Amino acid sequence: MNVQRHREIDMLKLLSAAAIVLWSSAAFAAAMGEDEARHLLNRSGFGAPPSSVASLSRLSREQAVDRLLASARTAPVLTPPLQEYVRPGRLKDASEEEKKALQRAEFAKGAELRAWWLQEMLQTPSPLSERMTLFWHNHFVSSQQKVKSGRLMLDQNLLLRRHALGNFGDLLHAVAKDPAMVIYLDSATNRKGQPNENFAREVMELFTLGEGRYSEQDIKEAARAFTGWSFNPEQGTYQWRPFIHDDGEKTVLGQRGNFDGDAVLDILLQQPATAEFIAAKLWREFVSPTPDMAETRRIAEAFRSSGYDIRRALKALFLSKGFWAKENRGVLVKSPVDLVVGSMRTLEISVPDALPLAFTVRNLGQDLFAPPNVKGWPGGEAWINATTLLARKQFIERLLRNEQFVTPMARADGVESSYEQGSMRNRLRTKELREEFGKGAGRLEGDTRMRMVQAVSDIRFDSTSWLKRFDNAAAVERALLPIPAISPPAVGTTGIALVRGLALDPAYQLK
Amino acid sequence: MTRRRDFLNLLGAGGLVAVSPQLAWAAAPVSTNVANAANYRRLLVLVELKGGNDGLNTVVPYASPLYPQLRPRIALKREEVLPLDEQTAVHPSLAPLRPLWQAGEVAVVQSVGYPQANLSHFRSIEIWDTASRSDQYLDDGWLGRAFSANPPPAEYAADGVAVGSSDLGPLSARKARVVAIANADQFQNLARMAQPRSGQGGGALQHLLKVESDVNAAAQRLSGSHVFATTFPSGAFGEAVKAGCQIVAKGTGVAVLRLTLNGFDTHHNQPGPHANLLKQLAEGLVALRAALSELGRWNDTLVMTYAEFGRRPKENQSNGTDHGTAAPHFVLGGRVIGGLYGEAPRLNQLDSNGNLPFAIDFRQLYATVLERWWGMPSTDLLGGRFASLPLLRS
Repeated sequence: MNVQRHREIDMLKLLSAAAIVLWSSAAFAAAMGEDEARHLLNRSGFGAPPSSVASLSRLSREQAVDRLLASARTAPVLTPPLQEYVRPGRLKDASEEEKKALQRAEFAKGAELRAWWLQEMLQTPSPLSERMTLFWHNHFVSSQQKVKSGRLMLDQNLLLRRHALGNFGDLLHAVAKDPAMVIYLDSATNRKGQPNENFAREVMELFTLGEGRYSEQDIKEAARAFTGWSFNPEQGTYQWRPFIHDDGEKTVLGQRGNFDGDAVLDILLQQPATAEFIAAKLWREFVSPTPDMAETRRIAEAFRSSGYDIRRALKALFLSKGFWAKENRGVLVKSPVDLVVGSMRTLEISVPDALPLAFTVRNLGQDLFAPPNVKGWPGGEAWINATTLLARKQFIERLLRNEQFVTPMARADGVESSYEQGSMRNRLRTKELREEFGKGAGRLEGDTRMRMVQAVSDIRFDSTSWLKRFDNAAAVERALLPIPAISPPAVGTTGIALVRGLALDPAYQLK
Repeated sequence: MTRRRDFLNLLGAGGLVAVSPQLAWAAAPVSTNVANAANYRRLLVLVELKGGNDGLNTVVPYASPLYPQLRPRIALKREEVLPLDEQTAVHPSLAPLRPLWQAGEVAVVQSVGYPQANLSHFRSIEIWDTASRSDQYLDDGWLGRAFSANPPPAEYAADGVAVGSSDLGPLSARKARVVAIANADQFQNLARMAQPRSGQGGGALQHLLKVESDVNAAAQRLSGSHVFATTFPSGAFGEAVKAGCQIVAKGTGVAVLRLTLNGFDTHHNQPGPHANLLKQLAEGLVALRAALSELGRWNDTLVMTYAEFGRRPKENQSNGTDHGTAAPHFVLGGRVIGGLYGEAPRLNQLDSNGNLPFAIDFRQLYATVLERWWGMPSTDLLGGRFASLPLLRS
């Protein structure tokens, strides 16, 4: 209903204004074509599969955006791996051998969890839902490093997806009581008389208002309100503990009352700063590193007046001038997930099992479920340093190499592997796994290691059929790069060499 | 007492390392434009003791009755430690460092830490790497910030090179020219994919092209190999020391090398592995000194160890130690004024977790490097005023 009404208001605005508006309404109604469809797909999801480009290209911008928003999901397509909750402390009583075995099992479970999410990103009919889930993962940060429970991290992931394109207020209230968050930001140790300010500080600085929009006193008072939001370690669930809650009077952002945590969150949601902070962050995620103040304020207003409907904010963002502006193409650095999942989707590479990709993105600096700290991955230019740039190139090179099978990446179109399964397994020694996929991959053992080897050899790029869609090299370049190549492949380069040459161009790192 | 005489005897026996004159000449400064900025002709070698080294079994308060009480099973015995004075001794595995200690080239800085210590590996090394407060999150490493503010000479192969680890740690910064070389051959292989690029566009693209050019330049300027008379110890750390010395020998200059020695997270059955780690450390440092002396570079080299934290004074139930706070660190070099700095660990003043109070903020060590070694102001880079330590000859 809201979306409908919003569209009507937009139409009225358009009709009531002058010629310039008529021009823009005409532009909105026209089919946007493949380049714009590709831009929308690359920015709103991961990569731009040629089939999706073709179908979206026939729609107008607004129709396409509406379609993306309407297809949002609240649950994954793929069933998550079973993650049994292990009560903390079980390790303490275990023997040396048992501890090692448990740690190995935890590591394998962590890898499975990451593989599942990456597979979901590859296969989902709504890449926007996964992108937003990842966005919130990097906003409401919790990390397996501290939470130490795959199960709780999975539960948080499901929660983030449930609200990913829903209501920000509902999401904030839910995530504040999410067990992984309660552990990650020490709410469990925040008690009356001995406040732990961690959550109170980060909820203001990083989740809602942004730095400088509150005082240290606000944090102290809010921390008191959040006392009692605790954790049941036996069950692995959130638990309200009234006896450690401070029910006295607090003053937060000028309001006074016997607030509890939910009341404080509502106060934070009342502040215009919250909508502005989120709108600016969405702009940096989807449009450019430098938010346009006038546009983000407009988006923030739409967001707040809708009662924090995330779809409303995204629609305003995706239909902003800045989103489509030519000068904003190729200004965002692909995250490791963008690069890896996006490449697989754009090139329609078959990935029956995403386990190896979990190690690739980790190697490139984005270990899912384990952001570096409560601020999340800084992103942007920070994704690229000497180590990660070489690792990115190595990933692309191996993926698109057209040589005899010397690496685990097999392809359908290259020279087929002449190795039997058994000998190939022998070839994948720890050292090679480490070199291909980073340190962690070398630690895999037993079944998970076998699964890894199989998964690696199952990754296939059928370059011949992929390339059939394109008339010439220029069309391939447009399909792969957001801006012209910095060092275009030599004229006459064809086949997989053309794809590889373009993918190794610096412009491929951008979107 | 006999032990200490042993030390002196060793010094008498002469640990003097021969310096080949032509090599010293070959390593003459290539740079002419550093005079106006920081003196990056002076090399910094950081050695990360990854996992958190057990300070009390490294620099041992052997005279304290509390030491064996806290560690009934893993305390080092009085007769096996190597005394530095009446109160303080070092682990026997550090014996190879004796000649350096005797030559007055080793400063032992005790009780290094920071307020509101964090006991997570991940978070605490981030605090050390970025020189942040415990409650502050910074993106860039402290050396990366120094390079951004005062760039090393452009003809250097790189501002900093991390050897033996893929993370850049303290070197990390968007503006810095830094590379990580997990393995020297692999780096040269990979770097073939990096092209020299001229800066174009702005923002993200410009950054990408710059990083790619930096990698290409570093690879070009680091290729080839130098033959050292020094024998490097085997093992990963020995390899890293060797690779680091190769970089100094062949390269067109580098301001910082960061070497990593892994494995200090000794929760279980600590004594054997810990002795082995310290042996690798000592032998590696001795080789580093010998090789850099061959190049005539030891007098303008400063070596400093660091780690995310020390370990808890009280041993745990598994014959090991858990995460702690303050720990001693070593500063070595031809210009170091050897001796003990800081304060001995206050075993009688443990906090509620049973951890040690700190006496020297780790940022004081950084201030010492920035101000006294390179001659640049440290206050802005470290986010506050930290008193440097008088452990360097001018």
